[in-house]
Amino acid sequence: MAKHDTPMLDQLESGPWPSFVSDLKEQAERRAKNEEGVEFQIPSDVCEDLLGVLELSFKHGRTHWKHGGIVGVFGYGGGVIGRYCDQPERFSGVAHFHTMRVAQPGGKFYTTDFLRDLMKLWDFRGSGITNMHGSTGDIIFLGTTTPQLEEIFFELTHNLNQDLGGSGSNLRTPADCIGSARCEWSCYDTQALCYYLTEEYQDELHRPAFPYKFKFKFDGCPNCCVASIARADISFIGTWKDDIKIDQEAVQGYIGGEFLPNGGAYTGRDWGPFDIAKEVIDLCPTDCMWMEDGKLKIETKECTRCMHCINVMPRALRIGDDRGLSMLVGAKAPILDGAQMGSLLVPFVKVEEPYDEIKEVIENMWDWWMEEGKNRERIGELMKRQGFQKLLSVTGIKPDARHVQEPRTNPYIFWNEDEVEGGWERDVDEYRKDHQR
Amino acid sequence: MTCPPTILTERSKMDYEEAKKRVVEGLTKKQKTKSKFYFNDLVKLIGEKPRAAKKYVNRMVQEQVLEYWSSGSTSLYGLPGTGKQASAEHED
Ligand code: HEM
Ligand code: HEM
Ligand code: SF4
Ligand code: SF4
Repeated sequence: MAKHDTPMLDQLESGPWPSFVSDLKEQAERRAKNEEGVEFQIPSDVCEDLLGVLELSFKHGRTHWKHGGIVGVFGYGGGVIGRYCDQPERFSGVAHFHTMRVAQPGGKFYTTDFLRDLMKLWDFRGSGITNMHGSTGDIIFLGTTTPQLEEIFFELTHNLNQDLGGSGSNLRTPADCIGSARCEWSCYDTQALCYYLTEEYQDELHRPAFPYKFKFKFDGCPNCCVASIARADISFIGTWKDDIKIDQEAVQGYIGGEFLPNGGAYTGRDWGPFDIAKEVIDLCPTDCMWMEDGKLKIETKECTRCMHCINVMPRALRIGDDRGLSMLVGAKAPILDGAQMGSLLVPFVKVEEPYDEIKEVIENMWDWWMEEGKNRERIGELMKRQGFQKLLSVTGIKPDARHVQEPRTNPYIFWNEDEVEGGWERDVDEYRKDHQR
Repeated sequence: MTCPPTILTERSKMDYEEAKKRVVEGLTKKQKTKSKFYFNDLVKLIGEKPRAAKKYVNRMVQEQVLEYWSSGSTSLYGLPGTGKQASAEHED
């Protein structure tokens, strides 16, 4: 018998999709039965009360959560998001319902043992409700009380070898694709760089001093499996400089139907025989492919590494060997003032430990943003406000044709004094010799 | 660039105690209208570059002179025990 009546939530279960309401009810029941004999450290009816308060919010059309809080673990300014219910008598199970962000392992590689250990801890000291994963990539633990925070933190860091992630005006938990661990398209070791920078910037991750959040995301190639280009203040996207490697025999294999295009991903319907012109060559966004004497040709200097041809014919086409990454800046996905994609800042950099060139760009950007950024202004907004030129100058990067997004719409060119021979000063006496007043 | 400690002491016009005094006095003065502050407000009180100021601020948190407050997306700082929830909900 449910603790609270939840007619409006029940209605949500009637759709064709899996429902979080059903999941929460199932979890409520599991805690009520407690077949494993867990010594719950927070109220065992936390899930019932979560459903109850949500029903009440629907009824009132208002939230019953207070905003923010002072809670955290000692010395960390992020990783815990304090939540308190404003109806603590009626819903005592969720009087405290703090969220913890647990850093995800690189590439989200788990062992089942690790997942079991996490859940054992979270069933014991929290609600057992998780979100796998948040949009920052973190493992989200939803709902615990203040006294449990330090306990969970201790267990995570001492026995599970895992840290809390970032929240607030911090570097957020860096996120990466599986990269070279499993993917043949990875142009650099995403996990190595992601881990290195996470360790390098611990202070930025845990002690907030930025104007607002800051995200790093690492994609091994332009397929962008973690969507870094759309979501990260700095996106690190793998790329290469030399030719796409072509195996002409395998190209013929695709044409002849010996190999399925896209690794057979679209075989559910009959699309007719594979047509290389229609499905690859004509879809190349830069028009840089053609067939000549039965051979596929690519004009490398026109190719933008969009990955389309490689995705369709992975056996025949492979990424080049001169590999590195591009850094793009300023993507964000806020709901209110609109999303923004990253702008290319560093066209190509080799990815080699200790990554000095990469760190220099990052730190120059941070210095600029920390001094010039307004409160709650993302770096992408600062870039728009002060201009891309300013970003180039603080990072000491020379403007380059690849920075140009579109033909200019403003006819004026503003020079800085140091860019003009002789500067702004002139010798008036010298001038008057040739020009009368 | 992370500021190495040697550069910090060389460039600093003040020591930790002075920075702490400025922050505590500054925040106390504003208590009537405000109890939570952006990192930038602390930087202005300390009067150093953000990276240098951060070292002092970190230590003030360690010594519980300051405490963090977070909405989940934004972080603020305050003197311990001041403001609490009321100011988050614009009731003060
Ligand atoms: C089962 C229900 C819930 C799910 C599936 C869920 C899921 C999420 C996800 C995916 C995020 C984004 C995390 C990230 O960016 O890494 C998030 C953030 C957050 N959630 Fe929830 N959540 C749930 C319930 C709640 C409840 C009940 C509260 C409050 C009591 C809450 C408070 C927050 C806060 C404060 C944030 C951070 C917001 C920010 O970064 O601006 N969540 N949640
Ligand atoms: C080879 C030499 C020059 C070229 C090719 C040139 C070209 C132009 C062009 C294309 C315009 C814009 C016309 C329009 O949009 O209607 C213009 C405007 C003008 N030019 Fe020149 N010009 C030259 C020399 C000069 C000189 C020597 C003077 C002054 C002594 C001068 C004074 C002006 C002025 C006052 C305007 C109007 C600016 C405004 O829009 O307020 N130009 N010129
Ligand atoms: S982003 Fe590229 S390298 Fe990374 S997993 Fe996806 S396809 Fe592979
Ligand atoms: S990667 Fe994209 S741009 Fe380059 S040749 Fe293939 S389809 Fe064309």
